[in-house]
Amino acid sequence: MRKNIINKITGLTLILALAVVGLAGCGSTDKAAEQGSGEATSAESSSQGFRTLDEIKKSGTINIGVFSDKSPFGYVDENGEYAGYDVYLAERLGKDLGVEINYVSTEAANRIEYLQTGKVDIILANFTVTEERAQEVDFALPYMNVALGVVSPKDEVVKSLDDIGEDDQVIVISGTTAETYLTKNYPDIKLQKYDAYAEAKSAFENGNGVAWANDNTEVIAFAIENEGYEVGIPSLGDQDTIAPAVTKGNETLLNWINDELKTLGKEQFFHADYEKTLLDTYGADYEETLVVEQQ
Amino acid sequence: MLDLGIDVLFKGTNFLRLLQGLWVSIEISLISVVISILLGMIVGVLMTMNNPILHVALKVYLEIVRIMPQMVLLFIVYFGTTRVFGLDLSAEASAIIVFCFWGTAEMGDLVRGSIKSISKVQFESAYALGMDKVQTYWYVISPQTFRRLVPLSINLITRMIKTTSLVMMIGIVEVLKVSQQIIEANRKISPNAAFGVFAVVFLLYFMVCWPISRLSNYLEKRWV
Repeated sequence: MRKNIINKITGLTLILALAVVGLAGCGSTDKAAEQGSGEATSAESSSQGFRTLDEIKKSGTINIGVFSDKSPFGYVDENGEYAGYDVYLAERLGKDLGVEINYVSTEAANRIEYLQTGKVDIILANFTVTEERAQEVDFALPYMNVALGVVSPKDEVVKSLDDIGEDDQVIVISGTTAETYLTKNYPDIKLQKYDAYAEAKSAFENGNGVAWANDNTEVIAFAIENEGYEVGIPSLGDQDTIAPAVTKGNETLLNWINDELKTLGKEQFFHADYEKTLLDTYGADYEETLVVEQQ
Repeated sequence: MLDLGIDVLFKGTNFLRLLQGLWVSIEISLISVVISILLGMIVGVLMTMNNPILHVALKVYLEIVRIMPQMVLLFIVYFGTTRVFGLDLSAEASAIIVFCFWGTAEMGDLVRGSIKSISKVQFESAYALGMDKVQTYWYVISPQTFRRLVPLSINLITRMIKTTSLVMMIGIVEVLKVSQQIIEANRKISPNAAFGVFAVVFLLYFMVCWPISRLSNYLEKRWV
């Protein structure tokens, strides 16, 4: 009898405890911040979950979140130094602010979390600007373009999606923006879907489809690494951009970055960056497609 | 010969960085293992007591640890504490807290199991000899418990060492992350490097875990 009661109490307490922990857990994911624990977020920004420009300058170091394994955008070279397109910009920002840079190795999944908790001041990790993300963090002006691209064999280059015949198939990787875009805007084109990059690649090389649609950085790199292919459509669909991001509400830092990007635009900084870091992977032809300079 | 791309490890300071990464993993896991074993012993003994409140509390604790993936715990401790309490814990401290939280619960359960597996006769005989509770545990129960615990806790320890690879999610650059960095930085020059580098990482983990498992064998033989 006694045992029975204890078991019941245990069960109840467990459920309660899990509910509490569950709620706390949700609080730390981005989605719930919009819904349930909206108060927590606003309470935090009033107590400042970030460092202002002056505070960063005063402390003498800035924390910048970058990728450490996404060559050629952010990676670590053989001497243990961070390098890449994003890091080239980070170095310059640090220099112009007159502070030391502390690089934090981020993953795609925790970039927003890092900013919202103020554990990094800026994220420069190939961060594509989207509406959903813009509700969670503040994006500065863009410094790179990303879009979809279509690659096809050199002897029969697909220059426009309207050229694709009724029986021709286009290869895509399931779950990518390319698949969503084509399904929505070109419902008549037959798609051949593959789950993994490697499968799509060999299918395309075997001639299973007339063209392959993917992120333009991917298809450009493919055409350069493999002989006999050409990117007929280097930029398709919605132009997305890549931009630095700061904690929501950190206006002093955001304004400083925006001013800085404009100054850098005057000296064609990102062209120099491209030539230094991306040229080997993407070649000179795509410089104007990929690089964004602020005027 | 097949090019496994192991040569990328000898470029620049790559191999040194890999070893530094390994040291980060070992450091976090060893600190956590030591604390977990000590606390686990206490929690284990508490679990065997017949206090209903304690029983419920520890049961809840153990179930939370069992149900929650370590990754979620890491996120809660590292990002959650900053968000909710404004505490800025370092990534290493968060990792150690999570691993101790996990290790203590599992170790406690192992200790509980080992104590429970000792037959009642042992307790009764000790009491019959006039020993008090502390003496009974110290001279009769714990030596037998330790012997049963060794193989069980080795499992836990090696599991903790291997699970340290998760800490890359909170920005700690440990051995697996370094290997990914090396592979990715050499993707163009040496596309097969993944195989060679991961093989070396496998060997490194093996070199760490194997002595521990030998030690357990030695202890088991000595005590039987």
